[in-house]
Amino acid sequence: MAETVLSISHLTKRFDDQTILEDLSLDVREGEVVVIVGSSGCGKSTLLRCINALESIQGGEIRLRGEPIRQDSKNLPEMRRKVGMVFQNYELFPHLTVLDNILLAPVKAQKRSREEAREEALALLDRVGLKEKAGSYPRQLSGGQKQRVAIVRALIMHPEILLFDEVTAALDPEMVREVLDVIVSLADQGKTMLIVTHEMSFARAVADRIILLEDRRILEESTPEQFFTSPKTEQAKKFLQSFEFNRKNKAEA
Amino acid sequence: MPDLGLEVLWKGKNFVRLLGGLWVALRISLIAAGISVAAGIILGILASRKHSVSSVILRIWLGIIHIMPQMVLLFLMYFGTTRAFGWNLSGETAAVIVFSLWGTAEMGDLVRGAVSSIPAIQRESAEALGLQPVQVYRWIILPQAVRRLIPLSINLITRMIKTTSLVTLIGVVEILKVAQQIIEANRKASPNAAFGVYLTIFVMYYLACRLLSLAAKRLEKHWR
Repeated sequence: MAETVLSISHLTKRFDDQTILEDLSLDVREGEVVVIVGSSGCGKSTLLRCINALESIQGGEIRLRGEPIRQDSKNLPEMRRKVGMVFQNYELFPHLTVLDNILLAPVKAQKRSREEAREEALALLDRVGLKEKAGSYPRQLSGGQKQRVAIVRALIMHPEILLFDEVTAALDPEMVREVLDVIVSLADQGKTMLIVTHEMSFARAVADRIILLEDRRILEESTPEQFFTSPKTEQAKKFLQSFEFNRKNKAEA
Repeated sequence: MPDLGLEVLWKGKNFVRLLGGLWVALRISLIAAGISVAAGIILGILASRKHSVSSVILRIWLGIIHIMPQMVLLFLMYFGTTRAFGWNLSGETAAVIVFSLWGTAEMGDLVRGAVSSIPAIQRESAEALGLQPVQVYRWIILPQAVRRLIPLSINLITRMIKTTSLVTLIGVVEILKVAQQIIEANRKASPNAAFGVYLTIFVMYYLACRLLSLAAKRLEKHWR
């Protein structure tokens, strides 16, 4: 079995007196694609933000290749470089060109040479079909293009694991595809990924393992085949049904 | 056409003297503006953290500056310190100090506001990339804050330039004082000089401030 990359054990997250996640444990192995689904507000995004120490945690432990990630650890920036994160609203830096958005972290944080990083950035941009946009500013791009740039910005750091936080939720339907295609191709390359999404057919296609998060904890954990065809729990059935539309009258007619 | 008393400008070195006076006014305000911008950025960043000591200091400092007429501050710095501490500040130095105290407080508040207006997730996405906190400020927060700051700080600097007309009261020979000297000296020969000379000053102040805001506009456009 492949080595464990990310290990979350007994994680508890509270906002004031409201508990978001309770005693949650999850391991992600090398090359594995884990998709987290669940109804809105169940704490999926919060879980991803905890992994990057963007949120404080009130209990438990998060380890990346055995090394703890904590908000108060001295080497936090160093640890974060090993975790690539893509946000729902892209969060490109509006004052920098596409290329500078991508180069900022490798050059300033990883101290790589600009030439070498630039070459890789252009190659990655080429792979997502955006090489000609290197000199553009984010405001000149469509949502789907921005999100692909954000993915390249995370990739160039060569992270141990990639976190995707509802990366298509803010996109127009016709742009969802181009972004998801990129993520599927990353899965094919064997990247380790933890994905939060509402796109069920994408989840089914890309996941090695599906996790249903509900009521502050992991409610169900199974292969996509099993999850979508014969979910174990009532809640999972209900959750899956919420994506189907039925017109009773029409069906009867 | 009425006699506007403009001919007095061409007598002797009067026009050059006026320009020299304008230069004194600009020198005071621009040096003070430079100090204010530098110190204001540091103060503003420190004060942008909620519940920090620096945010309390900035609030008190601003409060004092806001309720004190600049003239009182000038008198306090020029005459007051001589009596109390035996300092022998020149008028110009006292003016630069007062304007810097004023400008730093206001600039600090502007920077604090601009930094706080950058969405938290911009900082988070920079942190998520593994940048050090200082790098996040240097490359992400400040460049975006500065763009929002330009129109506000130009407004502050033009107010500083205009307020230099007060420093004549602590003996600095700036443009207004030069003007009065010229008018006095030519009272017999050109009794209407007051109008012409003050009109000239009006145009000079206007041009100085206008140039500044034009430069700011270009910067804004460049960075849009």
